[in-house]
Parts: sequence; structure tokens; C-alpha cells
Amino acid sequence: MRDVIEIRGLVKTFGRFRALDELDLTVAQGEVHGFLGPNGAGKSTTIRVLLGLLRRDSGTATVFGEDVWSESVSIHRRLAYVPGDVSLWPNLSGGEVIDLLGQMRGGLRADRREELLEAFELDPRKKARTYSKGNRQKVALVAALAADVELLILDEPTSGLDPLMEATFQRCVREFCDRGGTVLLSSHILGEVEELCDRVSIIRTGRIVETGTLAELRHLTRTSVRAELAAPAAGLGELAGVHDLIAEGRRVSFSAETDALDAAIGQLSEAGIRTLTSQPPTLEELFLRHYGDILEDEPGAPTQDDGR
Amino acid sequence: MTGTLRLLRSALRRDRWMLLWWAVGLIALYWLTAVSVAGIYDTQQALDEAAAAIESNPSYVALSGPAQGVDTLGGQVAWNCQVFGGVVIGLMTMFLVIRHTRAEEETGRDELLRATPVGRLAPAASGVLVSLLASLVIGLLCGLSVMATGLAPEDSLAMGLGLAGCGFVFTASAWTAAQVASTSRAAYGLAGAAVGLAYGLRAIGDVNAAWLSWLSPIGWYSALQAFAGLRWWVLGLSLAASAVSMALAAWLITRRDYGAGLVSARPGPAAGRMGSAAALTARLHRPTVLGWMAGMFLGGIAYGAIGDSPGEMLGDNEQMTEMLAAGGVDLLDGFYGTALVMLSVIACGYAVGSALRPRHEEESTHAELLMSTRATRVGWLLGHVAATLIGSLLVLASAGAGLGLGYWLVTGDGAYAWGITWPVLQYVPAVLALSGVTRLLYGVLPRWCALGWLPVVYVAVVLFFGEMLDLPDWSRWLSPFEHLALVPAADLDPTPILIIGAVALALSVVGQAAFRRRDVG
Ligand SMILES: Nc1ncnc2c1ncn2[C@@H]1O[C@H](COP(=O)(O)OP(=O)(O)OP(=O)(O)O)[C@@H](O)[C@H]1O
Ligand SMILES: [Mg+2]
Repeated sequence: MRDVIEIRGLVKTFGRFRALDELDLTVAQGEVHGFLGPNGAGKSTTIRVLLGLLRRDSGTATVFGEDVWSESVSIHRRLAYVPGDVSLWPNLSGGEVIDLLGQMRGGLRADRREELLEAFELDPRKKARTYSKGNRQKVALVAALAADVELLILDEPTSGLDPLMEATFQRCVREFCDRGGTVLLSSHILGEVEELCDRVSIIRTGRIVETGTLAELRHLTRTSVRAELAAPAAGLGELAGVHDLIAEGRRVSFSAETDALDAAIGQLSEAGIRTLTSQPPTLEELFLRHYGDILEDEPGAPTQDDGR
Repeated sequence: MTGTLRLLRSALRRDRWMLLWWAVGLIALYWLTAVSVAGIYDTQQALDEAAAAIESNPSYVALSGPAQGVDTLGGQVAWNCQVFGGVVIGLMTMFLVIRHTRAEEETGRDELLRATPVGRLAPAASGVLVSLLASLVIGLLCGLSVMATGLAPEDSLAMGLGLAGCGFVFTASAWTAAQVASTSRAAYGLAGAAVGLAYGLRAIGDVNAAWLSWLSPIGWYSALQAFAGLRWWVLGLSLAASAVSMALAAWLITRRDYGAGLVSARPGPAAGRMGSAAALTARLHRPTVLGWMAGMFLGGIAYGAIGDSPGEMLGDNEQMTEMLAAGGVDLLDGFYGTALVMLSVIACGYAVGSALRPRHEEESTHAELLMSTRATRVGWLLGHVAATLIGSLLVLASAGAGLGLGYWLVTGDGAYAWGITWPVLQYVPAVLALSGVTRLLYGVLPRWCALGWLPVVYVAVVLFFGEMLDLPDWSRWLSPFEHLALVPAADLDPTPILIIGAVALALSVVGQAAFRRRDVG
């Protein structure tokens, strides 16, 4: 399948600060790609480079196979963007903004516009200045989702939406994908990522540290196991890949890396399993590990500040 | 009002550089004037001649105030500084007050503060206090700097306190404007219009109808008559007016909703007809252009309505008439020629503000949203450039039309009215050249864009003080307005107009080219 977004070795510096450091990212056609990472990791910066707003220092970045800087306008005909911090023209009404952005993206589907306004319960007659944060975001979302485009670039699009609207958003994104669209979704809301994303990339201090399907990422983390045994188990502690072992008589609990799981369960069944519960890593654990472990591995890693 | 003092301290810290620059500018104005006046007019005869020139020339009076005590050193200093100083302190207080009131409310920063244990009025009150305090301190320092050159202490002090009085009134009017308008842009517009109105009222008043000057805080400053029979009681007018206006503002605060203006926002259309960046740009620029057109039209009418009476002031001064006639300058032509230059210099304020608009669009991330669509960088910026160009043309044309109309209404002399209307267009390239500097900064050093105001200050200083401060020729040469013929007093000279036009074009083109290559946001 063709890659819609392809970034190789992308470097972007602000003065002496390296915001993106040899970043690689590919998003295939038809997928929803989650783009995750702690605050200040460089998600918005990557997106701004993709939109041709920022000039890169080195590396290549293409969307639809075209260079993001020199061909930005022809790329923009085929995508819609929702910024993380939606700021609208205070004196325009929501409807005016939606139609303006729609026209500038090459036309809106009027029927879809109506559907979306209804689904998001948005009053298009209000002046932008009087919208709440969530409603401002809805204006940008309706404008993007009603446009006839192939790619959506969404930068934390739901940070102000209530749970009901969050569900509506997810439904709309799925409909968009059913029509063959591709989505790059930056988000801190893990439930949303789990629901929507086919693949995710995790970025830290300007680099992609992990990329793959959620199943693949889970594979990289540990499963926690709890068991009650017929007899105390021996040899568990010697197994490579078994961590946090607590053995109290015939009860044991530990966490095992995926590769060590088979051997560990083998040891348990030798001792005779009475009860067994095992938990795959939760998404939270997955991300805490990826957001946190690099700091542990690299004590000198720079701390992030988010001042612009 | 709890917490006002703590907030005041933090506001002072936040504004310290801005305050310092305003203070340095104003004190330098007063001190340099006092020093150079003493240098230029070293004999009483020199003073008498200068006084005669001022008294006989209404354009001087309209520009800088009534000729009172101008045959003394102190009177000269006061005449040179006061009116201009009143405008400057008006602009300073406007920026200080609105920055701390409406702008804070608009961005929501104020909300953070209000949630802490401070009184409801405290954040606004601290901003207003900064402005009052700054006016008072700067006023006193200006008075002291004049006193330091050896002029009469009491009158020097009055000059300083009169300046502070203007600051007080404009602080209060800006605060009121911040309650009425619902956006900081509109609040700046209203408060700026108040300063402009004060200047305009006294200009007409001083030339023609003294009672009008009594309606203007800047008029009161002149009416204080420092170095010309000091009248301390006039200061009471400033104090009373600012107290009334501040009470009005405080009352309005309790009458309106937080975050809203006096009139609450009405719903807009559910669907829009704008479909391009150009249409949006036109829509964004329209209110500002209309506001400036109205203001400049009225300003023009006010000047024009002085009619041909500037000549009457000369009636009993035959010697002066002969002198002027020998110099080949018709008084009326000179008066309206100067009026046109002055209106054009004011229009530079429009042009630079308009050239700063794309920066505002970029900072508020509107540009980012637009440029994720089919809008190109070049096209988007070109739209703003076109808006500034057309806007400058319209604003200047309105000023000229007002001037001509005012004259025609009063005198019925249509031919002469036309003769003082069209020449305004020769200033279009000069005004655009000033906005071109801002455009260049926008492309090359976007963070320093606001420095685009400096050339406006520069041009104004050269216009008002070039002669008196005896600025070197090269420095006057830098102001485009110094190269243009004073039509109708002189014949139109197309060469400088074309050269300045080319400079304006070059500045703008380089700025736009640089913008193509830089980061947005
Ligand atoms: N214009 C700029 N000038 C200087 N530094 C910048 C600029 N824009 C971003 N940065 C820095 O680059 C880094 C990455 O910022 P970015 O906005 O991409 O983070 P992010 O991953 O989107 O974070 P968040 O999750 O908080 O939105 C931050 O440390 C930020 O301070
Ligand atoms: Mg971000």
C-alpha cells in the first residue's frame, strides 16, 4: 500500500534547540495513525513541518509523494487540518468560519455539513468570540470533516470535548476512514487512540522511539501474572525476563516479558497451578513505560520545557 | 480592591521597559526643547521675531497651540512641547490602560488572576494606577528637566503637572473605552479617537473659536498658561474630568458582563459567503479602514472649516503680510499645505497598524489554519498588502475630501476647495513607504515587527520639531515628507513622489519575499 506521509531523518531546530532530531514516520493509505508523546516532544512541530508552515533543516518529508515545502499548496488541496489550540476570528460566526475554510479546501458537502452540525450539537450562528473552548474545536472539526479530502491531520482535536462528543468524533473519523481516508491523529487520550488507531508512533525529544500496531507494542511490554500453586515454585527467580517476583508461600506474582512468558508458565505448571490470572499490559502502562523509560536510561537527557 | 498593591508591583515590573521608553522620550522632548530654545533665541530680538512669526501664522497655531508668552524663553518652550506632549502621553496611557484591562480580559489571563484572592476591580485598578503613577512621575520629571535649564520653577512645575493632568484624563477615557468596547482592537480605536478628538478640538479652537479649546484636555494644558500668566486652577478641570470619567468606567464595570462589552454580541449568519483568503482579509480590514476614514474625514472638515480666516489674523499686521508676500508664500496656501502634511503623517498611523495586521493573524494562529488550506503564503500576504494600499488611499482621500468640503462649506469657493483636496494623493507613496518598513520587518524579523512604529514617531518629530531642534539635514532627509512639495503653496513635483513610490515598493517586495522563506507562527 502506498504511503501517504513519509518522513525520513527530519531535523528542525529553533535557534540552538533541536525540536526534531532525525525523525522518521510513515503513514500508510487508509490507516488511522496515532501520534503520541509527552508534552513538548515535537508532535505539533512535526505537523507544522508537514503543513509547510515550518522550514526543515534537513531530511525529507513528503505527503502524497510531494515535497511538503515546495508543493505545499497542491498537498493542501487534498487535506484538512485541525489545530490543537483553535483560535477563530472573533467577529465571524461559526457558520461563516466553517464555510470559509470549506471553500478554501475546495468545497464542502452541504449535506454532510448539516449532519455534522447536528451530530456535534453546534449552533453555527454564534460569534466565534462567544464560543466555549470545546465549541471552537467543534467548529474546526466540522469544517475539516465536511470537506472533501483524502487526509485529515488532527492535532489533539478532542482535548476540549465532552465524552458524548468524543464518541461522536470517533464515529465521524471511522466514517471518514470507511470512505478510504487517511488520518494522522496526535492525542493524549489513550482510550481514543485505542479505539481508533491502526498503528501508533511514539515520539520523545524529537525522535520516534516506537512505532507499530498496538498489538506489536504490547508485545514489547510485560504481562503481569498472579498464581496460587500446589507447591512453592522453584527456579522462577533465575529465569531471564521475569521481574518483580514476589513469592509468599504458595502464592506468587511477577511480571514477565513476552518472550519469557512461556518458560515462566512452564515453571508454574510444574509446581501445579490452582488459580491463575494474567493481565496484558494496559495502554497506560505501555505509555508510561515509553514516556518514562528513556529518562531512566539516559540520566542526562534534556528536560523539556514548553515555552515557545 | 484587595491585592491591588501586589498587582501594581507586578504590573510595574512587567511594564518597566515600556515605561522607561515613554519616559525617556517625553523627558528628552521637554529637556531638549528647553536647551535648544535657549540656544537658538539668544537675544530678545530673536524671540520677538519668532513670536511675530508664530502669531501671524495660523498653521503654527493649529499645529502647536495658541501663541501666548512666545516672546519669552519659557513661553517658547511651553509652546513647542505642550500640545505634542499631551498627545504623546495620551497614547502612552492608552496603551498602558487597555493592555491591562480589555486585552487581559480578552485573552483570559485576567481570569487566572481573578480566581486568586484579589478584589474584583483589583486587576483593572492596578493597570489604571500604573498609568496614573506613570503620568505623574513623568510629568514631574519633565517639569524638573525644564526647571534644570534655569527657567522659572513654578511655571516649569506647572508645565510638568499639566502634562500629568493630560495623562490623568486620557487614562480615564481609555479605561472607559475599555468598558464600552468588547475587543482590545476596538478599545484602542475608541481611546485613540479620544486623543485625536482632543487634539483636533483645540486646533480649531486655538485658531478660530476659543470655546472649543475648553472642551479638550490638551486645550486645558495650554490654558494653564505656563510662562504666560500661570493659572493653577485650570489643573482642577483635568482632575475633575478624570475623576468623573473614572467613576463612569467603574460604574460600567458593574453594569456589564465579564468578558463582554457594553453591547452584548449578537448572533451572526448560520452560513457564510466568504470563500477565499482575499474575502476574509477584506472583511478583517474593513472596520479599521472605515473608522480611520471617518476620523480623517472629520479631522479634514475641522481644518477646512477654518476657511480663509487664517488670513484675517494678519489683518492688523501689515509688515508681516508684506514679508510673507515677498517670500512668495501665500499664507492660506501654506496653512492648507501644512494641514495636508499633518493629516498624512497621522495617516501613517493607519498604514503601519494595517501592515501589522498579518502579524496579529499569525500570532493568534489564524494564519496557520488558513495556510493549511489552498491559500498560498504569497497570495495571503499580498491580500493584506492590497488592503493596506487601498486603505491608505481611502484614508488619505477622506482626509482631503473632508478638508475641501469643510473649506467649501464655509467659504463657498469650490475652485480653491478642490485645490486643497487633490494634493493629498501625492502623499500616498510616502505613507506606504512607512508601512513598507513594517512589511520588511514582518518578513525578516517578525518578532520585532512593532518597531515599525519608530519611523512614524521619527517622521512626526521631524515635522513638529525639525526646525526648532535644528536637526541636521541628513536626518531630515530620511523623512519622505521632507522631499515633497508643499502643494498648494508650491507646485507639484512628481520626481520625489516617484522615487518614494519606488522605495515603498522595494521595501514591500523584499519583506514579502522574505516571508515566503521563513517559518510561520
Ligand atoms: N517557534 C518555536 N520556537 C522555539 N521553540 C519552539 C517553537 N515551537 C516549538 N518549540 C519547542 O519545540 C518543542 C516541541 O514542541 P511541540 O509543540 O512540537 O510539542 P508537542 O509534542 O506538540 O507538545 P504538546 O503535547 O504539549 O502539544 C518544545 O520544547 C517547544 O518548546
Ligand atoms: Mg502540540
